[in-house]
Amino acid sequence: MSSNVLFEIGIEELPARFIDEAEKQLLDRTTKWLREKNIQFEAMKTFSTPRRLAVLIENIAEKQEVVKEEVRGPQMKIAQDEEGNWSKAAIGFVKGQGKNTEDIYTKELKGQTYIFVEKVSEQKETKEILPEFKQIISSIPFPQTMRWGSGSFRFARPIRWIVALYNDEVIPFDVANVTSSNTTSGHRFLGSKVTLTSPSEYEQALEENFVIVNPVKREQLIVEQLKVLEKDAKFTIEIDEELLHEVRNLVEYPQAFYGSFDESYLAIPEEVLITSMKEHQRYFPVKNKETNELLPYFVSVRNGNNHAIDNVIKGNEKVLRARLADGAFFFEEDRKHSIEFYNDKLKTVVFQEKIGTVYEKTEKVKNIAAYLAEKVELTTEEQKDVVRAAEVCKFDLVTDMVNEFPELQGIMGEKYAKHFGESEVVATAIREHYLPTSAGGALPKTKVGSIISIADKLDTIIGCISVGLVPSSSQDPLGLRRQAIGILRILLEQKWNVPIEELVHKVCEQYGVTVEDIRAEIIQFFKNRAAYILADRGIESDVVQAVLADGIGNMFVKIHKARLLSLKRQDNSFKQIEESFTRVMNLGKKYEQTDIDEALFETDSERKLYDTYVDVRETFHAQMNNEEVAEALDTLSTLSTPINDFFDHNMVMAKDEKVKQNRLALIHAISNLIKQFADVTLIEWKQQQ
Amino acid sequence: MNIQEMILTLQNYWSKQNCILMQAYDTEKGAGTMSPMTLLRSLGPEPWNVAYVEPSRRPDDGRYGENPNRLYQHHQYQVIMKPSPDNIQDLYLDSLVALGINPLEHDIRFVEDNWENPTLGAAGLGWEVWLDGMEITQFTYFQQVGGLEANPVAVELTYGIERLASYIQDKENVFDLEWVNGVTYRDIFLQPEFEHSKYAFETSNTETLFELFTLYEEEARATMEKGLIFPAYDYVLKCSHTFNLLDARGVISVTERTGYIARVRNLARSISQAYVAEREKLGFPMLKEELCNE
Repeated sequence: MSSNVLFEIGIEELPARFIDEAEKQLLDRTTKWLREKNIQFEAMKTFSTPRRLAVLIENIAEKQEVVKEEVRGPQMKIAQDEEGNWSKAAIGFVKGQGKNTEDIYTKELKGQTYIFVEKVSEQKETKEILPEFKQIISSIPFPQTMRWGSGSFRFARPIRWIVALYNDEVIPFDVANVTSSNTTSGHRFLGSKVTLTSPSEYEQALEENFVIVNPVKREQLIVEQLKVLEKDAKFTIEIDEELLHEVRNLVEYPQAFYGSFDESYLAIPEEVLITSMKEHQRYFPVKNKETNELLPYFVSVRNGNNHAIDNVIKGNEKVLRARLADGAFFFEEDRKHSIEFYNDKLKTVVFQEKIGTVYEKTEKVKNIAAYLAEKVELTTEEQKDVVRAAEVCKFDLVTDMVNEFPELQGIMGEKYAKHFGESEVVATAIREHYLPTSAGGALPKTKVGSIISIADKLDTIIGCISVGLVPSSSQDPLGLRRQAIGILRILLEQKWNVPIEELVHKVCEQYGVTVEDIRAEIIQFFKNRAAYILADRGIESDVVQAVLADGIGNMFVKIHKARLLSLKRQDNSFKQIEESFTRVMNLGKKYEQTDIDEALFETDSERKLYDTYVDVRETFHAQMNNEEVAEALDTLSTLSTPINDFFDHNMVMAKDEKVKQNRLALIHAISNLIKQFADVTLIEWKQQQ
Repeated sequence: MNIQEMILTLQNYWSKQNCILMQAYDTEKGAGTMSPMTLLRSLGPEPWNVAYVEPSRRPDDGRYGENPNRLYQHHQYQVIMKPSPDNIQDLYLDSLVALGINPLEHDIRFVEDNWENPTLGAAGLGWEVWLDGMEITQFTYFQQVGGLEANPVAVELTYGIERLASYIQDKENVFDLEWVNGVTYRDIFLQPEFEHSKYAFETSNTETLFELFTLYEEEARATMEKGLIFPAYDYVLKCSHTFNLLDARGVISVTERTGYIARVRNLARSISQAYVAEREKLGFPMLKEELCNE
């Protein structure tokens, strides 16, 4: 007969956001544990609901596998004396392993002879091992844990029952003052207590008690129910995957239903309606199939069946009505004031304790934005828009609506700004300056929005790092990394040739950040983000380091260079060029001589290299200024033959010190020129021999 | 069911669960948690089961009696059980049944919500309980109180009486609720709502209030130094309420704000610590009683 095992942890309602990861951890940790214990099994399934985490192990071996292990002892010369008697060391070793000297055998290892014994693992019954599952329970990690009652055990929420079954036998153990048994609980209201007689009946027995333990199945059920509602009511439900995931983890037995609200609320901005429904109530908004406009309905999922569902619908409608009434009220009230009224209020809102108020922030953003707008040559008209947009970019933060729905920052700003008579460009920039909201999220589309977004983020990053709020490897509560990536992506998108170093220095100057270490830290912070962006585009890490060696500069050019070198890295025809460059740079990096005296050239090859260098330098810089990256590399490559000729026909380390210094200066100059493209010595060239 | 019947039902129910029925504490406060019956008594190892109605004042939420949902003062029904019983969720759900809410005819959920009150150095984990989508109760396992680890853990149930009543009585406007038959919430509370809002937002003498804050703070500290914990705590509550009044007037600047909160917090923390130390000195008398009973 095949044996099965079931463990179920019964918990007071787990936070929905913890459940998927906890189930995964349960699977990983149980698998690892049985593997370490050498217990074979055929299949492992896990289950999760808000009130339980469970694992079913099918066809588990009755006993541990026997494992033979070679244990190495001391070297032979220590293990035996000259007469061939076992030494104390050898006897101690075998005893320690539970063996006798007869069991010793020898083996060569790296030219030395060692003594060995073979250890055969103890073979315990599986059911003797299974109570150790209690350690799996206490090892499941959660973002937050708690204590309850008089105990000291920590878990995400209190544990109230444990099912532990090996076939029909209870596996006995205690966790957090709960003793394992064969009794589980069905749905909180619809089900009852269930005594299981075997692990394999778990899923079925609970389904009969109104619990769908398989989360994927629960989600499918919800989707099917939503489809039926769509058909009946002739509307389209916006199924947001993230919300669907959360909803499946809020219920043990789903029952979808829909309710309605007064049409007059459709006059409130759609974003407000959707936020009220989704974020606050976990409802799915409903749209018209043809026009894609919001309809005065909502869809929700009850934890239960459809008994007395009218009560549930009525209650939910009442709650939504109160929320929408609030929204309508805020929308009405907020528009009674003015932008100046709100900006004045920003003087009392702290952005960051050590940095100052939000009002002060907008002043600083204005300065950076104005500088940037001029730098990227916006029209006078656009520059005016930039200044205005910076002045008003945060006013909506103190409106009642954004106070109630913080996720609507910027979105309400755009709507209210239009109402208060701001231009379309300024209004759009208010919304756009929060973009991107994630590392890969949508970017601002307008130039003005892009400028404000960069200025706001730059202010945050430099402000925070300069007062010591530096993100750690695990913690970045203000999202500084995301914001730095955002800045670089916007510069790229707009093809603005503004080196980030220049911006950082400009802002540091403005803020009186004079400590060189802090400036260097900020630059390095951006460099790491630039590396991330390049890696994200599939560039090998050695090439990334090579192109960033000379700083970040223009990201657009950096990406071109990186792509090009990424190809050249494999290109046989580039091998000769790369080798000559590497030779120059390896030598050039070591010496700092700078003065080249043409009069000291002795050979033709030397003079030829210098002349080529002078020509190349001029063309190269012109091409780089025009962002003609491939052409610039071609130009640089014409140095290759003269370089090789130079090395073939000259002794760099000439006896005449002056000649030597002059040659080193030439090499150094060429090395610097190549470095402006990339530090080729950092690239692991992959061309064939 | 009118509000009076609801309160009587809850009193009756929690009394049967061996809770001591306390009366509302006679000092202004923003939440039932701030009553010494919760804040101080949930500290230390002594068992403590208590239930009471607490009128809670939040000056900034005043709306002159014009908003159907927001009030200067609302009522909380507060239950504290220490240590938290294993069947506390069932006990809570049965209390809803006692109020006539049959779970089979509704959708009752426990939705993650963690509670924190930095002013009191208190934090806990738990849920807000949803009844057909409406938040009716805050359900919290205290993890820290007054800056001290809660051990054993007390569980706090805070029912929003007006919320629950608006559901049970099916009313949209809080002022339409029936307190007893023939007497509405409007009859009792509309005038004070209006007057308190007017006072808090328009007429309070802020100079006097600033002065009071300082006086209360000094008195709290002086009283603490004499080892008189409960009277000192009363003055902390007065500080907190005075601060809320000033805040409603918008006269506390940003930089001052953090300072004021820190002053209240430091007092609350030292009082919490002194309370535990004092109980320990007394030999945790309620703990002993418990042992004798067993």
